[in-house]
Amino acid sequence: MSIARFWRETPRRYNLGGSRCGRCGTVYFPPRAVCPTCPHHRETLAQMAPFQISGEGTVFSYTVVHEAAEGFEMQVPYVLALVRTIEGPILTGQIVDIEPSAVGIGLKVRATFRKLREEGKAGVIHYGYKFTPVPEPESPAVPRGRGAGTPASEAGRSDRAAA
Amino acid sequence: MREVAVLGVGQTKFGELWDRSFREIGIEAGLEALVDAKLGSGDVNGLYLGNMAAGSLLSQEHIAPLIADYAGLAGRHLPVVRVEGGGASGALALHQGYLAVASGLYDFVVVGGAEKMTDVADATANQIASATADHEWEVVFGATLPALWALIARRHMHDFGTTSDQLARVAVHDHEMAGKNPLAHYRNRLTVEQVLGAGRVAEPLGMLDCSPLSDGAAAIVLGPLEGARKHTDSPIRIAASEVASDTMAVQHRTEITTLASTVAAAQRAFARARRAPADVRVAEIHDAYTISALLSLEDLGFVPKGGAGPAFAAGDFGPHGRLVVNPSGGLKAQGRPFGAVGVAQVAEIVRQLRGEAKERQVSGASVGLAHDVGGTGATSVVHLLERVN
Repeated sequence: MSIARFWRETPRRYNLGGSRCGRCGTVYFPPRAVCPTCPHHRETLAQMAPFQISGEGTVFSYTVVHEAAEGFEMQVPYVLALVRTIEGPILTGQIVDIEPSAVGIGLKVRATFRKLREEGKAGVIHYGYKFTPVPEPESPAVPRGRGAGTPASEAGRSDRAAA
Repeated sequence: MREVAVLGVGQTKFGELWDRSFREIGIEAGLEALVDAKLGSGDVNGLYLGNMAAGSLLSQEHIAPLIADYAGLAGRHLPVVRVEGGGASGALALHQGYLAVASGLYDFVVVGGAEKMTDVADATANQIASATADHEWEVVFGATLPALWALIARRHMHDFGTTSDQLARVAVHDHEMAGKNPLAHYRNRLTVEQVLGAGRVAEPLGMLDCSPLSDGAAAIVLGPLEGARKHTDSPIRIAASEVASDTMAVQHRTEITTLASTVAAAQRAFARARRAPADVRVAEIHDAYTISALLSLEDLGFVPKGGAGPAFAAGDFGPHGRLVVNPSGGLKAQGRPFGAVGVAQVAEIVRQLRGEAKERQVSGASVGLAHDVGGTGATSVVHLLERVN
C-alpha cells in the first residue's frame, strides 16, 4: 500500500474522526458523504459534519484468527472483533492485552493507538486503533493513547506503537 | 423482454489443475457449452466472462478478448466483456448475458466463468480473495474473508444457539454429495469429528469449514426461449435473474446474521418468477464457509432465521429431502474457483432439470435455484430456472 493511501486516512485511523448527519443525527465511522439512513440522501450532502467517536464500546462479535491477514503473520493467534461504540457505529479491530479465551460478546473495551502492521523490514509501518478491555468496575478515567495507563508488564509488545 | 433459455452447458474439472493454464480451461468449458447447444462459434453474438482476480493471480488483465482469441473468435471481432463482483463474478456475468438476450440485442451469447487460484501460493491466493472485503476498514485491521465470516458465525451462535457441530454437518453434507460428482475437487467423505478436529482458521471456523482454493471454469450458452428446441431437447428457462447489493463491510450492517442482499435478490426473483421457496426442488447455494450455507438457506427463505443449523443436523437437505441442497458438492467440496462458481452452479441446476445428472440426479426436479455471493454479501445473485414442458 502506498504511503499516500494510508496517510490520507490518518485522521480516521489515529483519531477516530467520524461524521454525523445534521438531519437525523446518525453517527458514522468512517465518515460518509451522504446519510444512508435519511430517505432523501441528496439533501444530506451538505449536512454531514465531522464527529469524534470516543472509542468506548462493547464487543458485538469476535473471532480468534489463526490464519493471518497480510502483515499480521507475527501476531497469531489474535482476536479480531466487531466493537459497537457508545455512539452507535461498529468498528472492526483487534482486541489486545487480554487472553483470547477471556474475550466474549458484551466485553467492555476502549480504543487505543497501536501499530497495526508493517510492510516488510524496509516498508511503511501502519498505525491505527486496537481495543483493550476496560476493567470493571470502571476505573477512574486515564489519558488514552500511546501506552498511557497500561501496565508495565505489557511494555515492549510488538503491537505497541512507538512513542 | 424476451424469455431466455439455457441452450448448453460446459464445465471443466475443479481442483488443483497444475498442468492446465487459465486460457485452456476457459476455452474447454466454452467450447463444450457451444457443442452442447449445437451452435458454432460463428453463431455467437457476444461473450461475458466472470472472473474475480486474474490481474492479481496471473498478472493478466483484459482477459475477455484473451479467451475469445484463443477460442478462435478473434477474427469475428465480437463484443466481449469481463464482469467482476468478487466471488459472485460468474453469476453477475450470467445476469449480463441474460439482459443481452432478453433485450433482443443479441440472440446467442456465451457466458463463461474462470479462475486459476493455484498459480500463486495459498497465502497469496487467500490475501487476494480477502480483497473482496473492505480493504480500508476491515483488511487493514487484520480481517480476512474467513475471519469476517467467523464474526458472523459467532454472532449467529450467540443469537440462535447454532453450534460448531451443526456447522460441521454442512461440510459433511457437501462432501457426501460431491462423492457422486466426477468434476468435484474433493470427493472424499468427512465426519463431524474430522471437521471439528481440523486446524483452526478463524474460530469458530476450522480448515474444513472453509471451501478450498480451486482452479476451474464453466460456461453456459444462452438464447431466446422461442426456437430453443432447435438447439436442445430440454431447454431450461431462466425464470428470474436478480442481483442485489449491500454494505461492503460487515461492520456497517444492522443485522450481521442476515445477508440483506440475498434476501432482496431472492424476494425479487421469487416475485418475478411467480414462485415461492416451497416450489424449489433443488438448489445450489453459497457455502464458501459452513456458516455461509446457514445464512443462505435462511435468507433465501427456505427455513426461518436461526433454523438452518438444526435443519442441517436433521439431514433435511440430503438426496431424499424435499429440498436437495448442493448436489454438486457446493463450493465446499466441488470446489471454489471464485469467478467460475456462479456459472457452475447454474450449469449443475440445468443438468438436474434436464435429468442428466446421472448418479446424483434429484428426482422430480422441475424448478431449481442458484445463489452466488461476493465477499461477505455486498453482492448476491439469485437465478431461478425451470424445465419447459
